[in-house]
Amino acid sequence: MTINNLAILHVILPLLAAPILLLVNRERVAFWITMAVSVAVLIFVSLLLIEVRANGPIYYFLGGWNPPLGIEYRIDLLSAFMLLIVATVATVTLPYAAVNQTTELESDAYVKFYVVWLISFGALLGLASSGDIFNIFVFLEISALSSYILIAMGRDKRALLASFQYLVVGTIGATFFLIGIGLLYAQTGTLNLLDLSNRVEELKDSPTAITAFCFLAAGILLKLAAFPLHGWIPNAYAYAPSSVSALFAGTATKIALYLLIRIIHTVFGIEFALGILPFDELIILLGLCGVFAGSIKAIFEDNLKRMFAYSSVAQVGYLMIGVGLLSASGLTATLVHVFNHALMKSAVFLALGAVIYRTGLVSIKDIAGLGTRMPLTMATIVIAGFSLIGLPATSGFISKWYLVTSVLEQDRWILAALILAGSLLAAIYVFRIIEAAWFNPPRHEVREAPLPLLVPLCLLAFANIYFGFDTRFSVGVSTAISQLVFLEPL
Amino acid sequence: MMGLAVYWVIFGLMMIGLYITIVDGNLIKKVVGLTVFQVSVFMLYIAIANVEGASVPILVAGVDNYSNPLPHVLILTAIVVGIATVALALALIVRIRESFGTIEESELDLTTPDSQNDH
Repeated sequence: MTINNLAILHVILPLLAAPILLLVNRERVAFWITMAVSVAVLIFVSLLLIEVRANGPIYYFLGGWNPPLGIEYRIDLLSAFMLLIVATVATVTLPYAAVNQTTELESDAYVKFYVVWLISFGALLGLASSGDIFNIFVFLEISALSSYILIAMGRDKRALLASFQYLVVGTIGATFFLIGIGLLYAQTGTLNLLDLSNRVEELKDSPTAITAFCFLAAGILLKLAAFPLHGWIPNAYAYAPSSVSALFAGTATKIALYLLIRIIHTVFGIEFALGILPFDELIILLGLCGVFAGSIKAIFEDNLKRMFAYSSVAQVGYLMIGVGLLSASGLTATLVHVFNHALMKSAVFLALGAVIYRTGLVSIKDIAGLGTRMPLTMATIVIAGFSLIGLPATSGFISKWYLVTSVLEQDRWILAALILAGSLLAAIYVFRIIEAAWFNPPRHEVREAPLPLLVPLCLLAFANIYFGFDTRFSVGVSTAISQLVFLEPL
Repeated sequence: MMGLAVYWVIFGLMMIGLYITIVDGNLIKKVVGLTVFQVSVFMLYIAIANVEGASVPILVAGVDNYSNPLPHVLILTAIVVGIATVALALALIVRIRESFGTIEESELDLTTPDSQNDH
């Protein structure tokens, strides 16, 4: 076995394990197989990251067909970084999901949950690994279809409506992506990302290529839940089982952002993207609108899961601002924030799931007084909340620091001020939670969440603080990626 | 101009499908609109693959000009994805009807406050 096989093993493993679970059809066995697969994938992906960081990209040609004819899996540093985020979030969330599902799933859905979870996991990994744009579309749809199912598994009957709404919007987004691929193929005759990037250069003035770019970007922005295409996200996150909200908040929107970076930087290149519209200004403007619209909606929201879904819209806004700067430091800030935001949001949704586990409810009045009843759970929400605001000594501070620095590098003082104002809005909804949890009399007599729920929570809360001090990994890898993207042509 | 006629038809269908999906309040009709939208994109690929005066891509003696078979293959995959989407959408609609007793969007309210679940 050569190291190149690693480039695809992490995709095949979950996709193969999923039907096996269905055959086994025993809940405990299903859990342990899923867990073993997740841990194995995490190890593979870590090896990949180490290998790619040391020796450059790894290739795997499916069926032995050389690109551009065959499908190529190409793991560069950006892919490996994304893979690691997805694998980490999924592995940390899984033991939690096993306990939590007794309160948030119907009892006949346990095994099916693991099956769909694995498919979703494999598809997200595949998205970040593939170097073939049509293959990316297929994985996009696999991950989307499995996410509709996971969301519909929520116990509240409105989960069905949320899932349907997401299905309609998600399918439109994916079909836009497909139109973009078709138009691009008509112009270039290739589907390989690297091959595309070589051939697109000649098409700067071709209206078809420009249309293709717009369709691809619109499809991705829909998946990313970028303002104003974020309508599906609050309900989807609010009614899905908490472990599913945590997985998607940590991974799905991040992978969409990865695709945006790929399309802008790898396929089309900055000059092309700038040639059509002031694309950078557009992305920054949409990002800013997202920051404010998301944060303000979050402030007035009483359902906590929906509150943090709106907060995700705001955080995606920050990510887009970083991408829109089209500078190496802006991209670094975005990637650091992708990593840190995955930690924060997963922690928050897992903590909310623990609250639901004990109280069955998750509106702001239901957490009244829980600060003393469930200290560790509430502390996690607060730490992750501080991280969302960007207070020092949390990982969120590092993200904000890099983002504001890169904005100031381009002398955009107003933009920097607006970003900081957005953080203040985040402070309002986080402090609403603190007020409810510590300064109000308890409404429910409950105990702290059980240990299997607490371990992932505390791990993530610790990670939120740890990566606020030790930035060697997050910033180191992000900087290396943006240097690769901006200095060396791919 | 006639060479582009097929694209006008395809984009016309695309917009009709999208319009139905957005405007119609009946969930089944939404899925129908979505399918029209997707199928129009499949047709776009087939139109792209066409080569003027060429034969179907099957190897036979005496024919040396073939349509491009790759988009056909891609669309085969996309059709499978489309079927899966429609099947899932219909399954969801069945469950929505079981839970809510209606599939008209105007009678389904997603934004009802959580109080109804408050015990």
